[in-house]
Order: sequence, then C-alpha cells, then structure tokens
Amino acid sequence: MNRSTLALALAGSLTAALAGAAFAAPLAPEKMAGNEKCYGIALKGQNDCAAGPGTSCAGTSTMDYQGNAWKAVPKGTCVTMKGGSHMGSLTPIKS
Amino acid sequence: MDSATRQHGFAQALLHPGALVPPGLTGARGTADAARFAVYRNNVHVGLTRALAQRFIVTERLVGAEFFAGMARAYVGGCKPASPLLMHYGDDFPDFIADFAPAATLPYLADVARLEAAWTRAYHAADAAPLALARLAGLAPEEMAGLTLRAHPSATLLHSAHPVGAIWAAHQGATVTPVESWNAETVLVVRPDMAVSVHVLPPGDGPFAARLLAGHALGEAAEAALAVDPGFDFGTALVGLLTLSAFSDMQQGDVP
Repeated sequence: MNRSTLALALAGSLTAALAGAAFAAPLAPEKMAGNEKCYGIALKGQNDCAAGPGTSCAGTSTMDYQGNAWKAVPKGTCVTMKGGSHMGSLTPIKS
Repeated sequence: MDSATRQHGFAQALLHPGALVPPGLTGARGTADAARFAVYRNNVHVGLTRALAQRFIVTERLVGAEFFAGMARAYVGGCKPASPLLMHYGDDFPDFIADFAPAATLPYLADVARLEAAWTRAYHAADAAPLALARLAGLAPEEMAGLTLRAHPSATLLHSAHPVGAIWAAHQGATVTPVESWNAETVLVVRPDMAVSVHVLPPGDGPFAARLLAGHALGEAAEAALAVDPGFDFGTALVGLLTLSAFSDMQQGDVP
C-alpha cells in the first residue's frame, strides 16, 4: 500500500469510527465516558484499596524461618481454573 | 567508623541471617544481643513478604497463602527493595515467578502477577488528562500516518497467552468463578481519573495497541496490523483506545 492510499484508507476508517462513536463536536466528557463500553471488555475491580504495600504496618510477631526446605504446593483457587495445567500433584521443592 | 560505613554494615547484618550483630550495637547491658537483632532482622523480612502479599492479592489467592509465603520468602531472600518507596517493591516479582520452578504448573501465574504489578503502578502513576477524541476529528488524511501518540503515564499493555484478565476478574469477588474460555488476552491497565481500569482488548488489536504505545507512528502501526489481518478496522481500534484513555497526547513525528 503506497503512502497516499494508506492515508486515505486510514482517514476513511477513522471517519467511519468517529461517526459510529456518536461523535459530535464539541464532545462532552460524559459522552466520552459512555463510549467506553463499545470497545474492549471492562473488567470490574473491587480492590480499590489495594494501593500497594507501605500503607499499613506489617505484623511483627510472625516467625520467619527463612528455610529452603519448603514443600508447599499451589492449593489456592488455581484448582478452579479449568484451563491451567495444574493437576494438584505434589511436587517436591528443590532448594 | 563513618556514618556510611556504619549504615552499610548494619544493612549487611540485616540481610544475612548468619551475620554478626553490627559492631557498636548493644543492649542496655552494653553487650551485643544476637537474639534481639534476629528479631529485628526477622521483622524486616516478614514486612517485605507481607508487602508482596498486599500487592499481589490475586496471585496469592491462586496459589494459597502457604505457597505464596514460600515464594515471597524466596524472592525477598535475593531481592531487597531498590527504593525506600515500598509501593514499588516487587516490580520484578512477576519475572521471578516466571522462573520459579515450583510454580511451573501454573503457567499463567506470572502474567497474573504482571497485571497486578501494572495495577499498582497505574494507581501511583502521574495524573494526566487523556487525549480527547475531538483532536482526531480535525486531522487531514495526509497528517495521519506520521502521527505518534504519547502513552498515558498510567497505561500498561499486557499480552498473555493465557486469559489473565478473565482470571483477574474472576478473583475480584468473594467467590471465585471458573474461567470457561481459555484464550490468549491482551489487557490494558490504565487510570484516566481516580480509578484504575482493566480492559481486555478485542482479539487482534493487541499488536496495533502495542506499537502505538511504544511510540510507533499511526501509519506504521496500522500497516503492521493490516499485514496480519486485512480486515483490521483501524478507525474502531484507534477510537476505542482513545476512549479507554490509553494516550495523553499526540504529535507529528517521534515522541520526544
């Protein structure tokens, strides 16, 4: 595709998309917010308080053994994830 | 002993369980107390482990608290904070997970952690007004191909061979819903205003979005997408990305 053909193709495609977005100048912010549902799947997050660490004081009474001899296997919700390859097998941990 | 040497010695003693109590550090009786110092050392270690658990909430739920604690402990053992800002701690924890042999049974785990790391980064990123859709309207066709867009400071695009967005979303409530459709996903994490949003992009739009966010010109990004899929809808993809607030500005030529 040469440069001018590409430019026209892009412009045409963009014009159509802008029309489809119910675009009218000047565009009000509340209208833009409504467009969000048209593209991409918005995933609802509930962990708004998860601003990351450093916002609370970590406990001081946990004994941490810092050991390498650790035999834990994943046993959280991963077992409900259908497509994962996790089989719940007991995998010995190499230190 | 000068202050820098003293601090370095103190830090080294903190990081290595077998190290001696730093010289000059004594209890009320004037003698070094290894047991007390071990408590302090333990608190530092536990604090960092907890910091990871606070940041990587879904990752922890996926593997369970015990497994996560062990994995976090292994990471903390080798990686100490590079910044006094604890919110940045664990930026490379996802890479560590990717290489962590015991987690190899969960190939999606590192990408879920990447999403969570991006979420926190977006939360703390600089505020910026998103690029308005109105600015696209006045463009002449010949101006379009050379245009580059500036990524929104909070924006991270994450492509995964796994349904990371769906897995993450499934863990946002008290009950975890199974992920039925196991497909690759490209996820955009961005914070246009006060709230971080996570979006799964339409299949096929990921490479286009990735090129734009990396600073490639519109024409180049569109041609690459069209080469893969002749039916690629450039306009819809661009308008879509703008409405999701992926960009903060645009200009002719390279992003400065």
